[in-house]
Amino acid sequence: MNRHLISAGDLTRDDALLILDTADELAHVSERPIKKLPTLRGRTVVNLFFEDSTRTRISFEAAAKRLSADVINFSAKGSSVAKGESLKDTALTLEAMGADAVVVRHSAAGTPHRLANWVRGSIVNAGDGAHEHPTQALLDAFTIRRRLCPTGTAGATGATGSTGRTGTGGLDGLKVTIVGDILHSRVARSNVLLLSTLGAEVTLIAPPTLLPYEVSGWPCATGYDLDATLPKSDVVMMLRVQRERMNAAYFPSEREYSRRYGLDAARMALLPEHAIVMHPGPMNRGVEIAAEVADSTRSTIVEQVANGVSIRMAVLYLLLGGHEPAHSEPVRSEPAGVTA
Amino acid sequence: MPAGLSAPAGHKPVLDAADIGRAVTRIAHEILERTRGAEDVILLGIPTRGVPLAQRLAACMEQVEGRPVPAGSVDITMYRDDLRLRPARALGHTDLPSAGIEGKTVVLVDDVLYSGRTVRAALDALNDLGRPRAVRLAVLVDRGHRELPIRADYVGKNLPTSQREVVRVLLAEVDGQDAVLLGESPEPCLPGRQESDTGPSGRQETTPGHSGRQEGARA
Repeated sequence: MNRHLISAGDLTRDDALLILDTADELAHVSERPIKKLPTLRGRTVVNLFFEDSTRTRISFEAAAKRLSADVINFSAKGSSVAKGESLKDTALTLEAMGADAVVVRHSAAGTPHRLANWVRGSIVNAGDGAHEHPTQALLDAFTIRRRLCPTGTAGATGATGSTGRTGTGGLDGLKVTIVGDILHSRVARSNVLLLSTLGAEVTLIAPPTLLPYEVSGWPCATGYDLDATLPKSDVVMMLRVQRERMNAAYFPSEREYSRRYGLDAARMALLPEHAIVMHPGPMNRGVEIAAEVADSTRSTIVEQVANGVSIRMAVLYLLLGGHEPAHSEPVRSEPAGVTA
Repeated sequence: MPAGLSAPAGHKPVLDAADIGRAVTRIAHEILERTRGAEDVILLGIPTRGVPLAQRLAACMEQVEGRPVPAGSVDITMYRDDLRLRPARALGHTDLPSAGIEGKTVVLVDDVLYSGRTVRAALDALNDLGRPRAVRLAVLVDRGHRELPIRADYVGKNLPTSQREVVRVLLAEVDGQDAVLLGESPEPCLPGRQESDTGPSGRQETTPGHSGRQEGARA
């Protein structure tokens, strides 16, 4: 693994699987009476949030604390940034405080990349503008794998039998449909990169105005017709319409958007029996997703939040747990085999 | 060892499959004897090779007593004392029997007892999982050179070794064959640091130790 987690595209398949497998183990910690591991004792994790966030910040904070790291929360409001301090000076301050990892969210794409040149610690991108949000993609992949990939490979040969894990391997062949405001979505970009690395087939569905220009270069298919795509989807991921980033009219009215691209009960009925509905949150009930869909048993929205903590624990552990980030072993998934 | 399977060069077999089988059977009987029929006993293997050993012990005890003995695994990676000396490593699997360990007698099972640091880490891990009534330790091979005040309650084979030597335990579930091998390490290997695994398993397996240099102990 790299020292930083800035783009989901930087992760190899082995890196991604290592993170998912680690998260699988760490998920059990959240079920225990003592939700704490001593592993990152003495490490400092700074949450540097220039943009509002509820679940991501809390999730990173919980993850770091469960690993016994010291957490410093920094939000731009009420800090020297409000007095006009530059990003670089803020970064140097953090550096002087000895941050081992900086979790950063910023409205400008590329901020984490910039920071990575200024601080010695690991940078974890928690969302930069409309660019990327890799831990969200990881937790989405983790949620998909837990729900849709069969439990364990206990029947497999040799060593795997002794460590029967839940859901191993990639997401090969799964059809994931991402719907909505792709243009402003860092979640969509990270998911396309990560899910395709893991072998899933991703289709983006959006009004033509909300698909980015460069989408033809992404490893995914695109379309405009939600109803035609739903019956062929194992996973449908609804994205929020990001009004705060919209400076023009991308569609005539909210109601019309909702009619064509919103997921209501009737549309959900088009999905195959096993398919799941995801949403990275925060959701606008009644716009991209109907309340009855959001609260149905197919929805993984609450699960995604819980899984977020496990994934972020895994990322922090793999980046900070040793004297350098973990090496993913390419042969890891194969049974150990017979001696020569 | 079965025909067709052979020890890696430079390793001489100390125990063969039948010896290991007998040792496991004897330990199973000892546990039953000392715990009065293994009531409230839980066997927890330490990954990697402690886990199949715990399962074998459980199967053997079930055969004798006629009722199942719960077996699981406890991963100690997050509790190691040498985490900072190496790159972050992949986690093993923790699998506790559904009844939990509260008030039970936990028998930790591992393949080789050397520095004692793995067991120390396992005790810390148990501490976060519950409060067992008692914790015991069963190992297939005790090779000495302890660095912590830790002693095994059940030992398959006491194997006096020098620190130059490498003890490698192979189990069918992991390695395709059963054997305990003794080899010579090119450089003296202190307890608690281990060879980088060039062996059949292809997996790195170390006890928590004080050095990130080449390991030389067990696989």
